[in-house]
Amino acid sequence: MITAIAIVTDGLVYAAWLFVVAIGLSLIFGVMKILNVAHGAFYAFGAYISATAIGLYFDRGWPAAGGYVAIGASAIATGLIMGYVLERVFLRRVYGKDEVVVVLVTYALFLILEDVLILIWGAEGKAAYQPYSEAGSIDIGGLAVSLYDIGLVIFAALLAIAAIFAIKKTTFGRLLTAVIYDRETASAFGVDVSRVYTLTFLLGAVLGALGGAITAPKISVSPGLGVEVIVLAFAVVAIGGMGSIEGALLGALIVGLFRACAVHLAPNLELFAIYAVMALVLVFRPHGLFSPALARKI
Amino acid sequence: MSVRHTLLGALVFAGLAACVPLLPLWLISLITIAMSSGLVVSGLIILWRAGLVPFGQALFFATGAYTVALAGLWLKISDAVVLVILAIVAAALVAAFAGLLLARYREIFFAMLSLALSMILYGLLVKSEALGSTDGINVAQATFFGMKPRGAAYTIAVFWLSLVLVFLAWLSVTAYLGSVAGQMAGAIRDNEIRVEYLGISVTRLIHLKLTIAAALAGAGGALAALSISHVDPQMAYWTTSGGFVFVTILAGAVSVPAAFIGALIFEVIRSIAVAVLPGGWQMILGTVLLVTILFVPNGLGSLIMRKRIAGQGGSK
Repeated sequence: MITAIAIVTDGLVYAAWLFVVAIGLSLIFGVMKILNVAHGAFYAFGAYISATAIGLYFDRGWPAAGGYVAIGASAIATGLIMGYVLERVFLRRVYGKDEVVVVLVTYALFLILEDVLILIWGAEGKAAYQPYSEAGSIDIGGLAVSLYDIGLVIFAALLAIAAIFAIKKTTFGRLLTAVIYDRETASAFGVDVSRVYTLTFLLGAVLGALGGAITAPKISVSPGLGVEVIVLAFAVVAIGGMGSIEGALLGALIVGLFRACAVHLAPNLELFAIYAVMALVLVFRPHGLFSPALARKI
Repeated sequence: MSVRHTLLGALVFAGLAACVPLLPLWLISLITIAMSSGLVVSGLIILWRAGLVPFGQALFFATGAYTVALAGLWLKISDAVVLVILAIVAAALVAAFAGLLLARYREIFFAMLSLALSMILYGLLVKSEALGSTDGINVAQATFFGMKPRGAAYTIAVFWLSLVLVFLAWLSVTAYLGSVAGQMAGAIRDNEIRVEYLGISVTRLIHLKLTIAAALAGAGGALAALSISHVDPQMAYWTTSGGFVFVTILAGAVSVPAAFIGALIFEVIRSIAVAVLPGGWQMILGTVLLVTILFVPNGLGSLIMRKRIAGQGGSK
């Protein structure tokens, strides 16, 4: 019984984290048709800057509650700055080229940023555990669950609701949907596609950095943490269907629960389980669970 | 490819093989490693021409390398040629199986799905004690037709083996690219549906291309394992695949020799970067990749081609 509870809670917490990371990737892909490998760099920078901000904040002995604001603020600032620079300086030059070429550009940026990270913060790990330990824990069926983790799950759920609402009901969301379905037609109807691209990329970057920032208190922030994230996030997005928010949510839940099962029941199969479930989904739904039917180009 | 070209190539290889005693050992090792990744890249060229870029070619590279290591460890096979053939067959089999799924995808999905498959192998290798876990396995030094060269002689023997492999790969890949199946690549890239209207199954053609590319990657992996005498899960990691794609971009998918020259440049840059700027390797790699894509989108090979075409234009 306790294993079952552990699997469900671990799975949900992991799924929450995956969702926050994957939704930014999915958004950028859906709108811009760019698979943004540099998303891993947004994540890593978000984690480092939030760890630094947490360190500075708690060193001064200020009240713990503000620490959570520090996490959010540092992530948003990181995402905005990095997203703006990357989009304006590099991606603008390759819009309209082969998808694969654009992936390689983001891959190159990711490689460069990984080393920049080490130049700035050095190769040692950074710990920023205070927000996690300050949050305390509660007892669920004999299992101590951190309130920070529960907060993450609630945050991810709110984010999912907000994102779905924003896409379906707001003007910007409807413009996005128009661009997702047909960029040229949207442009012909007067949608400023270029501005939509910039905003989307900024939003995706902020979400990526936020994913890193909320993880920072749970781990030792060390070089190389962006690498794994990008591959995992891709798995989630591929399962759910590229560019679909509901898909990212379902993909995150599937991967999260499968991984938790693997970790608790067969620890050796952790990585294997994630990609195996992805391959399995793709055998039956080649473009993910929530992908729209695509017309083949003639 | 004309007989003249083949003979010229054979001469170049014979010359390389003959001048080995003059070269320092570290350079021989470096060229051997460059040739092992050149083999993988020549396979990537086949896929690239059809518009497919696998981000997980390390799957087959590592399959080849681990086949060599495990065949030595479990089956006590030590002959280098047998080991390489086993590695090629193993990698091709994995591709024939993975291709059932992979051949249905194009573009980004193909790239990322192949990445995911290679990460499955990585996950298995890292977690399984029998396969050496994160430490990897040492590869016993191979024998060559019953001879057991050791020390410097072993390095040279592996080098000669790699020359033979590269020569064979060059002949067969060039022949394939010139064949009807190979020439269909451009048509697949431009418009798949029209190719199918011609009565050709694109999926089967891509399955075949995948298998050939995997066999080449398996040979590359086998060579790397024999040369380094060690295999580890890093060989299946996505950064290894990224390196191969990088060389393909650098060289451009123009010809097989370009792949090997690109691989050699890549190894040289890496050696220099590691010596001069130990922490800056990825940054250099990324910058070169970025500059190549932005300013020489068809690869360094295209510069030579362009010059040649310009030269021809001038002589008329």
